Parts: sequence; C-alpha cells; structure tokens
Amino acid sequence: MSTSEIHDNPARLSPRGIVRMRRRAALHKFTRSFRHSPSGMVGLCLLGVFVVVAVAAPLVFPRSALDVTQAIANPFQPPSWDYPLGTDDSGRSVLALVVWGARISLLVGLAATVLSMVIGTTVGISSGHFRGWTGGALDRVTDWFLVIPYLPLAIVLATVLGRSMLNIIIVIGVTSWPGTARLIRAQTLSVEGRPYLERAKALGAGHYHQMTRHVLPNVTPLVLANTTLAVSISILSETTLSFLGLGDPDNVSWGSILEQGFQAGAISQGAWWYLGAPGVCVVLVVLAFNLIGRAVEGILDPRAAGR
Amino acid sequence: MPSVGTPPAHRGSRSTVRSHPTATYVVRRVIAAISTLIFVVLFNFFLFRVMPGDPIALYTKGRNVDADQIRLLRAALDKPLGEQLLQYLTNPFSAGVDSVKYNAPVWEVIGPHVWPTLLLVGTATLIATTIGVWLGIRSGWNRGGHFDKISTNVTLVLYSMPEFWFGMIILIVFAVGMGPVPGLFPTGGLTTPGVDTSTPAGWLDVAWHLALPVTTLAVIYLAEYSLIMRASIIEEAGQDYLQTARAKGLMDAMVRRRHAVPNALLPTMTLVFLNLGFVVGGAITIEYVFSISGLGSLTVDALSGPDVPLLQALFLLFSAAVIVANLVADLLYGYFDPRVRT
Repeated sequence: MSTSEIHDNPARLSPRGIVRMRRRAALHKFTRSFRHSPSGMVGLCLLGVFVVVAVAAPLVFPRSALDVTQAIANPFQPPSWDYPLGTDDSGRSVLALVVWGARISLLVGLAATVLSMVIGTTVGISSGHFRGWTGGALDRVTDWFLVIPYLPLAIVLATVLGRSMLNIIIVIGVTSWPGTARLIRAQTLSVEGRPYLERAKALGAGHYHQMTRHVLPNVTPLVLANTTLAVSISILSETTLSFLGLGDPDNVSWGSILEQGFQAGAISQGAWWYLGAPGVCVVLVVLAFNLIGRAVEGILDPRAAGR
Repeated sequence: MPSVGTPPAHRGSRSTVRSHPTATYVVRRVIAAISTLIFVVLFNFFLFRVMPGDPIALYTKGRNVDADQIRLLRAALDKPLGEQLLQYLTNPFSAGVDSVKYNAPVWEVIGPHVWPTLLLVGTATLIATTIGVWLGIRSGWNRGGHFDKISTNVTLVLYSMPEFWFGMIILIVFAVGMGPVPGLFPTGGLTTPGVDTSTPAGWLDVAWHLALPVTTLAVIYLAEYSLIMRASIIEEAGQDYLQTARAKGLMDAMVRRRHAVPNALLPTMTLVFLNLGFVVGGAITIEYVFSISGLGSLTVDALSGPDVPLLQALFLLFSAAVIVANLVADLLYGYFDPRVRT
C-alpha cells in the first residue's frame, strides 16, 4: 500500500519521507509474517508475561518481602496457600523472591546484550570495512576472544572488577561480543561489494558516512535477529555468574536465589520448590528469547527457516 | 597428512610455500594458535596489574597474611614491569607467587585435579556426541516429521537450561529422594571414602558416583550437538549429489548413510571442538554442584578469597587446553576436507 502512495505523489515526499515510508512497509510485512509463526508468538507471549511480572513486582510484593529480618514464616516450608512456592531458608516467600528476581535477571540480560551488540557491531563493521592493517588486527582480536573459554574469562574479569550490577553487565558484554562481530563482518563484506557503495564512494562519501548510512542499515536486521538469541545467552550467563557468587550482592536475581539455596543446603533438605522455581523461570525466559530469535531469523533468512 | 612434518615457510621462497597448500594451511593455523596463546598470557599478566588500586590488596583480599609474606609480595610486584613479565613468561604457572590458599606452588595444587575433570568431561562428551549426532541425523533427515518436532522442541528446552540447575534438580530427585522415591545415587564426590580405586569394585564405585554428573552434562551437551547436526544435515539434504544418488536408485537409508551423513559430520565435528569452551564452563559448575574435586571445583574454591595466583593459572590452563583442541580440530578439518586448505 505504501509503495503505491510513494508512486502516486512523489512530489510531496522528501527523500527522508520515502525512506521512512519504505521502512514502515517493511516493518508491517515483518510483523505480519511473525504473527504467522506459532512458536515465535508463544515466545512473545511468554516473554510478555515475565515483563509484566517484572514491572509490576513492587505492586504485588512490597520490597520488605525480601528482608530476612522481617520474614515470619518457617524456613523450608513446602508450597501452601499462603506461600504458593514455599519458603526459603530464612522463611521468606520464594514467590516474592522469584518475582523480584525477574527484574534484575531481565535488566542485566538486556543491558549486557546491548553492550555486547554495540561492541560486536562496531568491531564487525570496522573490520569488514577497513581492509588491510586495521581490519586484520580487529579480526585477530575477534579470533582471540572467540577461542578463549567464556566462563573462565568471565570469572577472572569479574574477580578483578568486583561484585556489582554494573560490573556483571560489563563482564557479560565484554565476553560475549565476538560471535556477533564475526557474523556482522561477513555481512559487511558482502554489502561492501555491492554497486551502491561504489557509487557512494565515487560521490566522495567518507568512511563514517559509508559505514553508518550504507552498511549499518543493511546489517541491522541481522543484528536484531542475533540480539534476541544473544539475550538468552546473557541471561544464562548472569545466572551462572551469580550462582558462582560473582553477582550483585545487594539485589536478588534468579541466579542469586539459586546460589543462596545451594549454600543453605536446599538439596539435602529436598526443597525442590526453592531451587525449582527460579530455575524454571530462567528456562522459560531463555526459551522465549530462543523461540523469538529463531522465528525472526526464519523470516529474515528464509533459507534458515526450520533449522 | 604426509607433508606436514617440515613446514617449508622458513625456506623463505614464496613459490615453495604456494606449491604446498597443505603446509601453508598448517603453518597458518599453528601461528594463529600461538598468537592466541601469547595474547592469553599477556592478558593474564596485565589484567591483574593494570587494574586501579593496590594489587597486594587484591592478592590477599579476605585473608590474614603475615607481614613477611606481604613484604615478599611487594618486592615481587615492585620490580620493573619488564622484569616481572620476563619472570612470568619463563614460568607462567608459578606467576612468581604461590597459591595463597594452599601455600604451595600453583602447579602442584592443580596437578591432582586434572584427572577427575578429564574423566567427567570426556565421558560426557563421548555420550553426548554419539546420542546428539544420532538425534540430529534422525530429525534432520525427516525434517518437519513427528520425530523431528518432538526432538527439536525437547532439545530447545534442554538448550535453554542452566546446566548446574538441571544438576541440582537431578540431585534432589535421584540422590536425596523425593516423596516415595528413595535416593539411589551418592550426593557428591568421586569415590566412597576407603574404597580402593585400583580394583574393579573401585571402578564400579567411581562409575556409580559419576552416573548423575555425567548424565547431567551429557543431556545438556547433546542438545547443542543435536541442533548443530540437524542444521548440518538439512544443509546437505538440498545438495545436488544426493539427487544423483537417488536417481541411481539407491535406497533412502543408503543415501543418508553413505552420502549425506559423512559430509554433514564434518562441520559438526569442528563445532564440537569449537564448543569446548562451553564444555569447560559446564564442567566448572557441575563439579561444584556434585562436589567432584576437579579443576572446576578448584576454580570455584579459588574464587572465594580470591586466590588470584591459582585463578590466573587455571584460566591459563583452560585457555591453553581449548586453544590446542581448536588447533587439532582445524588440522583435522583440513585433512578431511581439502577445500579449506587454500
């Protein structure tokens, strides 16, 4: 529909308006295909539930529900009407912990992904755009970080930086970008070979203009598909690092609940609700991002559909 | 690889190199691996020295260290950076400082922890690749079928699980017991104290202890391998040579076994090696949960403190292992698939 509008009154639209219109049409097409992907929609609904829970946490449970000194229930109490997910080792409601934990787990997961995407895309585009020495060096660095085992590197970094929410975001962001960089580099190389870039160069476009105006818009869909998949990895990483005691000590996340439960002997107590609840949440949210990511990938790259 | 033995690069003449694509490939892979190793060593060295604040405080955080030890540390760290680096390079594993927690050279602390990790990770990887590859072939070959749908969904869920959480749940159900189910397996460790591991009964005891952690790791890894193998077989399924094989009148099973699978296995095998970093991560948390005294438990142990020299050495060891495994994978890939040796 918008394509015909463009052709009907070309005089009324500025070049920028045309671009905007074209993008809107592409977005419309994309949402329509996404709605036809059942697994993608399941993922989106799952994610929606968790986002609502995370945002509404203070309305459901007051922050004092997390305070150990104000807990009145018995420790390690199995699920009951009063405590639908039982209680932890100090008598707090596990449901309240899990609801509040959703905030930090989602926030850290998203923030770390954004950081990792920014680094990965910058390095990827630059190493694909600048041939010769600069590109080669960036490519080498990507290779290095790709090979170094992820968890030991994250552990060493987290130890040096210390425990805080910002630091755990930095650690995950800094360790998880190389996969993205590799992907974006390949895409950049294929975009760079196209005639319109040659035209831009002939018209005197500088490196910055070429990269931001021509390469970036073309790799953006790929970045977005990759982002959804990367969020799931970031959330898993946050859970693992928190479980190892490297998370933010002042806030509750799903990983830190698991850490506390493990340290407090929830396993030998057989307190399946204590360890089960946060873990199921992690699995569901990670699964949601994976489903959405695969659906997006399938739409943007039909050859990959169903893989 | 017959011509691997003597890399001709040092002869200097370009044309010689060009006439041996295999040798060029090998040399290039080896140089890449060495450069990564050098990067890791330098990174490891500088990370703990360029950070703001007192390195001594970082080295001794949370522990009572007597003044003598601190003086020794300060003397070691006050030397010129170049001299420190030289000392570090001659023996990266000692880092010039002993493990703070165990009061012994880092290498001696690490030594006895290597075998449990190799045993755990090796067994789990073997089981996971076998089952994962089989699952991937079956679901990829009949893509969209009944088996594929179930298998893909299950593997996606497994893939979304933190491995240590799965381990804890397994522990509660099978080792502690839930409701009427009694605990059947030990809750941790690698042996029952007092059992001699050199006798067949001792091996059985180790196997009994390893059953749960190996199952946990294998289930998580096989999800990854099956997804990779499935994608790989789908990639091959569209190729022309399969059409030719079918046109020759070969049975479907024959086309799969003799033509599609060997080609699809190649990228899967490299990815298995590339995933070793991920495997190492799984081993760290699983050993911690099942209290197996391997390198992973040692890492977690070194974290509380933190025992920085030990942590540095472990990081170096893990990285070196993964780098070498990647190099082996690259070389094997080059051997099996001549197309990459260009």
